[in-house]
Amino acid sequence: MFMQQMINGFSLGSMYALIAIGYTMVYGVLRLINFAHGDIMMVGGFLGFFGVAVLELPFLAAVLLAIVGSALLGMASDRIAYRPLRSAPKISLLITAIGVSFFLENAFNVFFGGVPRAFPVPSVLEDILEFGGLTIPVSALIVPILTAMLLAIILWVLFKTKYGMAIRALAFDVDTVNLMGIDANRIITIVFGMGSALAAVGGIFWVVNYPSVDPMMGVLVGLKAFAAAVVGGIGSVGGAVLGGLIIGFTEVVVIAFFPELGGYKDAFAFIFLILILLFKPTGILGIDFEKSRF
Amino acid sequence: MTVKKDQWINLSFVFGVIGFIGIANSFFDEYTIRILNNIAIFTILAVSYNLINGVTGQFSLEPNGFVAIGAYVTALLLVSPEAKQYQYAIVDPYPFVLSLHANFVVALVLSGFFATCLALVLSFPVFRVRGDYLAIVTLGFGFIIKIFAINYPEVTNGSLGLNDIPEFSNLYWTGGIAIIAVITVLNIVNSKFGRAMKAVRDDEDAAIAMGVNTFKAKTFAFCTSAFFEGVGGGLLAALLTSISPDLFDFFFTFQLLIIIVLGGLGSTTGAIVGTILVMGGSEWMRFLDEPMKFFGYTTPAMPGLRMVVFSLILIFIMLFAREGIMGKKELKDLFKGRKRSAK
Repeated sequence: MFMQQMINGFSLGSMYALIAIGYTMVYGVLRLINFAHGDIMMVGGFLGFFGVAVLELPFLAAVLLAIVGSALLGMASDRIAYRPLRSAPKISLLITAIGVSFFLENAFNVFFGGVPRAFPVPSVLEDILEFGGLTIPVSALIVPILTAMLLAIILWVLFKTKYGMAIRALAFDVDTVNLMGIDANRIITIVFGMGSALAAVGGIFWVVNYPSVDPMMGVLVGLKAFAAAVVGGIGSVGGAVLGGLIIGFTEVVVIAFFPELGGYKDAFAFIFLILILLFKPTGILGIDFEKSRF
Repeated sequence: MTVKKDQWINLSFVFGVIGFIGIANSFFDEYTIRILNNIAIFTILAVSYNLINGVTGQFSLEPNGFVAIGAYVTALLLVSPEAKQYQYAIVDPYPFVLSLHANFVVALVLSGFFATCLALVLSFPVFRVRGDYLAIVTLGFGFIIKIFAINYPEVTNGSLGLNDIPEFSNLYWTGGIAIIAVITVLNIVNSKFGRAMKAVRDDEDAAIAMGVNTFKAKTFAFCTSAFFEGVGGGLLAALLTSISPDLFDFFFTFQLLIIIVLGGLGSTTGAIVGTILVMGGSEWMRFLDEPMKFFGYTTPAMPGLRMVVFSLILIFIMLFAREGIMGKKELKDLFKGRKRSAK
């Protein structure tokens, strides 16, 4: 029973972690809470749904469609909505992000309907494995493994490639990066693309585990993932993963042992958020953005 | 000399509004009066929301949470014990819930009071850190309030909400409190506290260097706006006569955000102008949600299209007309001529 819940918590936490990485990277380079990030995850889930249910693509092709589509959408949102506001007061940027978020939710609501639709999960992922009394769905095993692989790729890009160096430099000082002859806008767009692609993977995992898609599904998940990013330490990719796992575990474990608290499960992430702001505002692995940037 | 002129402008505006309320109440039809009531309540909300978002420059997404608190407090105090007896269908309410009863004024004041207390509790974790955590914490707060409203049926009657709230709100109440809210907020903005708030908005570091207690300024702005949002929530409950958790979702806050952005962040006059335009426009744009005819071709009904248009409007204002209609100007600045542009 305990192991079972650990695995479920790990799986849920990995999904939060994937989405939290996008928040933390965008915050790192732009100091922007990208409210639309949760909705990009929703678009990822929807694209996967269309790939499988409408276009009748093989599952992996649908996943690819979701990743590419979401990455393009994330980059487009930066190009159209955020880039013109680089020198504007930050509040304008936040308001625009809220506008983009609300636009995506309602556009999908109008054109595809607000009713949750069942996601056709491929049968391979629905198999259940048994290990000495433990029953584990294949999807709950695959999610953490793939998350770890993606995390390794992201860390490799950030710390071993020139693009990664540019991204880290951008988090440090935008003006100097421009002086060094690096096109900061291009790097920021790439960050949006990477974050959105990860959000799309998170969205696909989400619709496979809770097999339905609806236009509002990104709101709460996005908020919790942001809370995860803050708990882990905003600006730090490892922190985002740590925060995601903490919040995922808490939700699963508390409900397993105190079922009467089930109705309040969505509140846990915010309680964590408030506590971390009270006692260690920089987060567990965080960098103090106010004193020194990185 | 100018001060006196400003006062005359504001005073004549107030009397104009009072006269208009008197005329509206006796001559206009029910539908128009309902819209006017809505405009008055949203004026209260927008003007106070503008205090934290526009004047102090702290991006917050709290109105739906505080309005919900106010609405529930007022509803619990106004619904008669007999009416409560048969409403609680999910579980039996706590005995004290049944015995709660107060008159309208006490209910409104308590609504504001509870909202203010919660704002005070929230401001300690949030304003200790600089940056945009306020936005995410207040957004989460709205969700938590809704979660509690649903999961605490002993008090709130869960997702069924509370019904049979006596309809106390009329144009005199809503309009009167709107005038009080506007005057209070204007006085705050023009006071020492108001200057501290603007200093925080324009340059927080400089404000700290000048000895402004930024924590105090932000908390004061946040609590004041929470108070009026609580009162506005109470008025709304007594206008709608029934409330449920779904009423106070994020769309509520979004509407207010559009109002203050359209009117011009930081301008109280702008908040009022924005309220009238958005509330009126939202009635006018109802046609968008219904089936439309283009050259003989009928499009299907698309409920929610209005909201798509709203969000596009918000993005466009931010990209191309960031100052909104009024910028940071107030009513009196419009009569000043070109000599001095207000900042």
